[in-house]
Amino acid sequence: MTLTIKYFGMTAEGSGKTEESVHSNYSSIAELKKDIINKHPKLEKINFKIAANQTIVNEDYLLSGDEEIALLPPFAGG
Amino acid sequence: MNLTDQEKNRYSRHISLKEVGLSGQEKLKAAKVLIIGAGGLGCPALQYLTAAGIGTIGIIDFDTVDETNLQRQILFTVNDIGTNKATAAKKRLIQLNPNVNFNVYTDKLTTKNALSLFNNYDVIVDGTDNFSTRYLINDASVITNKPLAYGAIYKFEGQVTVFNHNNGPSYRCLFPEPPKAGSVPNCSDIGVIGVLPGLIGTQQANEVLKLILEIGNPLSGKLLTYNALDNSSLTLNVPRSEEEIEKIKSDNFSFETMDYDFFCGLLKQEKMKEISIEDLKKWYEESKDFQVIDVRADWELPRINKENVVVIPLDELQNGIPKISKSKDVVVICQHGVRSKFAIEALEREYNFTNLIDLSEGAANWK
Repeated sequence: MTLTIKYFGMTAEGSGKTEESVHSNYSSIAELKKDIINKHPKLEKINFKIAANQTIVNEDYLLSGDEEIALLPPFAGG
Repeated sequence: MNLTDQEKNRYSRHISLKEVGLSGQEKLKAAKVLIIGAGGLGCPALQYLTAAGIGTIGIIDFDTVDETNLQRQILFTVNDIGTNKATAAKKRLIQLNPNVNFNVYTDKLTTKNALSLFNNYDVIVDGTDNFSTRYLINDASVITNKPLAYGAIYKFEGQVTVFNHNNGPSYRCLFPEPPKAGSVPNCSDIGVIGVLPGLIGTQQANEVLKLILEIGNPLSGKLLTYNALDNSSLTLNVPRSEEEIEKIKSDNFSFETMDYDFFCGLLKQEKMKEISIEDLKKWYEESKDFQVIDVRADWELPRINKENVVVIPLDELQNGIPKISKSKDVVVICQHGVRSKFAIEALEREYNFTNLIDLSEGAANWK
């Protein structure tokens, strides 16, 4: 499967990317998250939620393949 | 609420729109909107809501105008520096639209005053700059059942949504837990492009108008993200979590005794050692043997021009470890006391420092 991952805010800084494609067979968001953090260790200390196909999902969400993933951190500024 | 002839003329460009009309403009006049924080987001939201003819606008902000605010907080002038933001905002806005009734609150929003304040308004606008107030505002909106026009910014990126509207999600449905203290810096620590809060705050005002006029589709259950560098935007669906909503609505949740600073990790059980500017000056007067680590960039003012100051910007901290004394008392400073705490936490955790002291108020007021 090919997943497009979009990074926002501090997750973009932590990964050094705003977008990337990954090819792998992840069953769940939890598994994907673990792999993203392995690849970009700076993300371990950053809070973020994950969206699959533009909907915020929990870590037990099962991936069907070819989803667009977004990493959304909270912002404090105003 | 009936409009005067002068008001009918003033708002004629609204009234011409079939989606607004005379009845819509009357709804705006009858509406009461509370804006929390007259800062980067609050200023543009206040300007448009005032111009739009909202009948009653509450402005709450305990902070004063600082010169560094003028880069983006467009309601203020150099003459307002040092004065309360809510007061200064009203002074300007009343000239824009004398038909609006302004309520100015110069106190900090707390768990003691939030519920009674929110009960006096129809819509709440979050223009604050820290997580503990954002969770407080969300919970008070859930309890008082008020829609919340939410905006937040980070450098070049913004987020806008409406919480607690028509059984939509709340902030906690999106982010149930606050991030670790100091892990997400705010504008005063990392900077922000001046136009960004203008864009996001204006979108919050637009959401408020749609909610009051009951037109279009408010961003309820949808979070809009915007990136000013490439003009990209993405709208994400935010599902409602009954569990999170029930937590706040339950009888066991005691809002008025809730400590949001503690919840957001700002108050630790093992407190960091702290020093005030006044005591730091005394150390200099007494010629005490200590070191100062300045984790700001070298252009940030005011500088502390003393021989014992070592500049190690936060992003170069790891390379600067050998320069930090392990035997003397070491005062860690930044502009507002956020980055210094972040540095101390990292140095204590990763390098076992035990001699670090936080200039908790920051060096901004150093003279």
